[in-house]
Amino acid sequence: MSEQTAAPHKLTADTAALTPRGPLSEFWYYFSENRGAVTGLAFFAFICAVALLAGMIAPHSATEQYRDALLFPPVWQEGGDWRFLLGTDAVGRDMLSRLIYGSQYSLFVGCIVVAGAMVVGVTLGVITGYLGGNFDALVMRLMDIILAFPSLLLALALVAILGPSLTNAMIAIAIVQQPHYVRLTRAAVMSEKGKDYVTAARVAGVPPGRLMFRTILPNCMAPLIVQAALSFSTAILDAAALGFLGMGAQPPTPEWGTMLAEAREFILRAWWVVTFPGVAILLTVLAINLMGDGLRDALDPKLKRS
Amino acid sequence: MALLDIENLTVEFGTGSGAFRAVDNVSFTVDEREILAIVGESGSGKSVAMLAVMGLLPWTATVTADRLRFNNHDLLSLGPRERRRIIGKDIAMIFQEPMSSLNPCFTVGFQLGEALRIHLGLARAERRKRSIELLEMVGIPAPEKRLSAFPHQLSGGMSQRVMIAMAISCNPRLLIADEPTTALDVTIQAQVLDLLLDIQKETGSALVLITHDMGVVAETAQRVSVQYAGQKVEEQPVMQLFSDPHHPYTAALLAALPERAKSRHLPSIPGVVPGQFDRPPGCLFAPRCAGATEICHREPPPRHGAELGHALCHHPLSGGKPVDGGKPAEVTS
Amino acid sequence: MLRFFLRRIALLIPTFIGVTIAAFAFIRILPGDPVLLMAGERGTTPERHAQLMEQFGFDRPLPIQYLDYLTSALQGDLGISLVTKKPVWDEFFVLFPATLELSFCAIIFAAAIGLPAGVMAAVRRGSWLDQTVMSTALIGYSMPIFWWGLLLIILFSGILGWTPVTGRISLIYFFEPVTGFMLIDSLLSGQKGAFSSAVSHLILPTIVLGTIPLAVVARQTRSAMLEVLGEDYVRTARAKGLKPSRVIGLHALRNALIPVITTIGLQVGVLLGGAILTETIFSWPGIGKWMLDSIFRRDYPSVQGGLLMIAAVVMVVNLTVDLVYGLINPRIRHVG
Repeated sequence: MSEQTAAPHKLTADTAALTPRGPLSEFWYYFSENRGAVTGLAFFAFICAVALLAGMIAPHSATEQYRDALLFPPVWQEGGDWRFLLGTDAVGRDMLSRLIYGSQYSLFVGCIVVAGAMVVGVTLGVITGYLGGNFDALVMRLMDIILAFPSLLLALALVAILGPSLTNAMIAIAIVQQPHYVRLTRAAVMSEKGKDYVTAARVAGVPPGRLMFRTILPNCMAPLIVQAALSFSTAILDAAALGFLGMGAQPPTPEWGTMLAEAREFILRAWWVVTFPGVAILLTVLAINLMGDGLRDALDPKLKRS
Repeated sequence: MALLDIENLTVEFGTGSGAFRAVDNVSFTVDEREILAIVGESGSGKSVAMLAVMGLLPWTATVTADRLRFNNHDLLSLGPRERRRIIGKDIAMIFQEPMSSLNPCFTVGFQLGEALRIHLGLARAERRKRSIELLEMVGIPAPEKRLSAFPHQLSGGMSQRVMIAMAISCNPRLLIADEPTTALDVTIQAQVLDLLLDIQKETGSALVLITHDMGVVAETAQRVSVQYAGQKVEEQPVMQLFSDPHHPYTAALLAALPERAKSRHLPSIPGVVPGQFDRPPGCLFAPRCAGATEICHREPPPRHGAELGHALCHHPLSGGKPVDGGKPAEVTS
Repeated sequence: MLRFFLRRIALLIPTFIGVTIAAFAFIRILPGDPVLLMAGERGTTPERHAQLMEQFGFDRPLPIQYLDYLTSALQGDLGISLVTKKPVWDEFFVLFPATLELSFCAIIFAAAIGLPAGVMAAVRRGSWLDQTVMSTALIGYSMPIFWWGLLLIILFSGILGWTPVTGRISLIYFFEPVTGFMLIDSLLSGQKGAFSSAVSHLILPTIVLGTIPLAVVARQTRSAMLEVLGEDYVRTARAKGLKPSRVIGLHALRNALIPVITTIGLQVGVLLGGAILTETIFSWPGIGKWMLDSIFRRDYPSVQGGLLMIAAVVMVVNLTVDLVYGLINPRIRHVG
């Protein structure tokens, strides 16, 4: 196979002086090349807007039950009602409004879990990566212990101890995600630690704390940002899974996973009660994963073209 | 009839910030049994040109040429299957980093025998015999044992010898060596270079030696082509190049050789090779040339004939002085 | 290479101890009196309370309790299930083959489709094939699998009626389990239609459980292949005039498989977690469903024992993956 597959470039008549781009502009160039990533970003912005404006755009409250409108199908099906565009559930609550309010819960979970896991995990990872030695060994064993349990199972067990609620679900998921941040940060710090600029800073008299967090850490951000995007989406999925199993947000909270738990018995009778919450989860998680992919491609120097 | 005939070869890469011309209208020929050295700094495009000949460039590269012929085959219009019959058999290439150029998952014997099986159709026993012969030719002791060794068990020098063995396994007409000794220890460099020359004499193949080391050029080449920033700036037989360089860049390279030092400081060439973003409008060497005049910065230089070493210069040198008068381009310390 | 193995095993021991401590601590962390917790809403009489305290050893100092627990566990005594009154160890091993069978099929499914897809996507980077494979993988990765299972049930069982909804085999078949693996047992039983019934019950759960591993394998294979295809030795292989299929399928793939096999092995942890959801939806009688049920029924000995056993399985699998990695990576297998 010849390597000379025709590339879509014409020979330029003159390759006179070109100017390189600044870092933010270069980042956006690579990111925006990825149409999926831009689409993901746009959809994520849309969901954020929905969550922030939920009170204003939702046609009904999330918990009000319309006794005369039980299990109404979506408006385009026979039996549908214009008051309830996406239909109603078994106790007469409007699906569309519940979905809109549900976005608040999912985004909230994502933010809190990522923030919590990152703050603790990255700090721990930086310290252990920098110090090494016995402390490092201890922390790594601790992380191995957490990783020995399948993540959903561990989260489930933690919630069982703490009691089923959305808050406890968030705590459990944040704990379960710790090891990924710790390991990632530790690996990055260890590889940066030996580099010349760190040695130069240390020789110049920079104290260890500042060295760790102000000199080394900023250079490790690229994989961490990608991991943050990934764990945002994982957090939403795990929270939904816990909700589905009855161990997360409790009814009547309009969390998308909890909505699916309530809908299970109606899967053959009322497809809309099952489909829409799942679609909402899928699209949100997909958008975040697309963004995460775009971030990774834009920040990873090896994949760049030149 | 030249074995390898290249005329106006140009290679452009599509990058995130526009097209980058790595090789700019380079021409030369190589005859049978000839040793041509291509000299230049990093960024001169010398490797890229040869990779283009072999067809080993990535998909982002665009290769064009007026003529790119090997042994009467037109390499530009060759289909993939015909090309595969030539590459590895009649043209072979060895690379700069021997430690990473061998596949870590397969034994030396396996990798050596592959070309033998696919190009020459040898059976297993014959392959083994020939492989041992080849390893002996390249000076590897205990060749039978080495056949079952893995690349990570070999040193840098040995890996390069294995690479050479692989390259000559099908008796190529042309051998391209891309900086074969740069990544090796100094003590090993001379050995591998001598090996390469012996092999070339023994097998009667042509050799294109790409290097940045003028000392190596002096010892090995018959003809020399000097490249700068993707362009060929001079080409001469080796003796004449060293005694009477016609391009200021060549003169500066020679002046920087320790053997030619006239004072305690080695003269160096100020500045750096132009990259993608700072290509001058006129002569590419002008920003660093001591003999540059106003026209050098403004207009691309003309190419002179063989008597002036095909120099690409507005003021080519002869006997150390510019042919058309003006100040000498010799760089003093 | 022996040193490599021994070091891996040595690292496992403190982790295993940590896992046992975590499992042991599980009941103790629960707020309140452990005996009352186990008794649930019914409560107990004071005498019964004292009796249970002594029986379970809750009145002894904590480190002693832990040592008792550890020594019993190592001998296979994980306590008695509060619900079935049978030993937890036995319960686990009755149900484990079902999960094992499902997981095994899911991994085969994921590898059989994911590996070739990833290779092709890498080789034809940027093409529509690459984009399709990557988009599909991304969707599979982003999907809540419990919802995916429900959707598949609606489609294939509800609307099309092709597959059954729950269980491992149709109820009309009954035979004594020999291996615990329905596929094998149904063949051994010799009953007509039993095997195809077992297969049809396996299809949807396998797809559901295997979706995420499939996506991960495809993406990992693609990225490993892309990395390998840029290596010098691939260029050397091309310079030898080898056919593209040989360069990719032999020289490149062999190297790319090393990290990919590790990934596949590590998916086991994901599978065991995903099994909880899959088994719940399909009423698959495996340990995932058992764990969930035990949590809800407050069958704490079962939960504790299950946590320990599952963690042990994960650790054994990870160790095996490490050992396999050592075998297939020539740098470790043949030390210079």
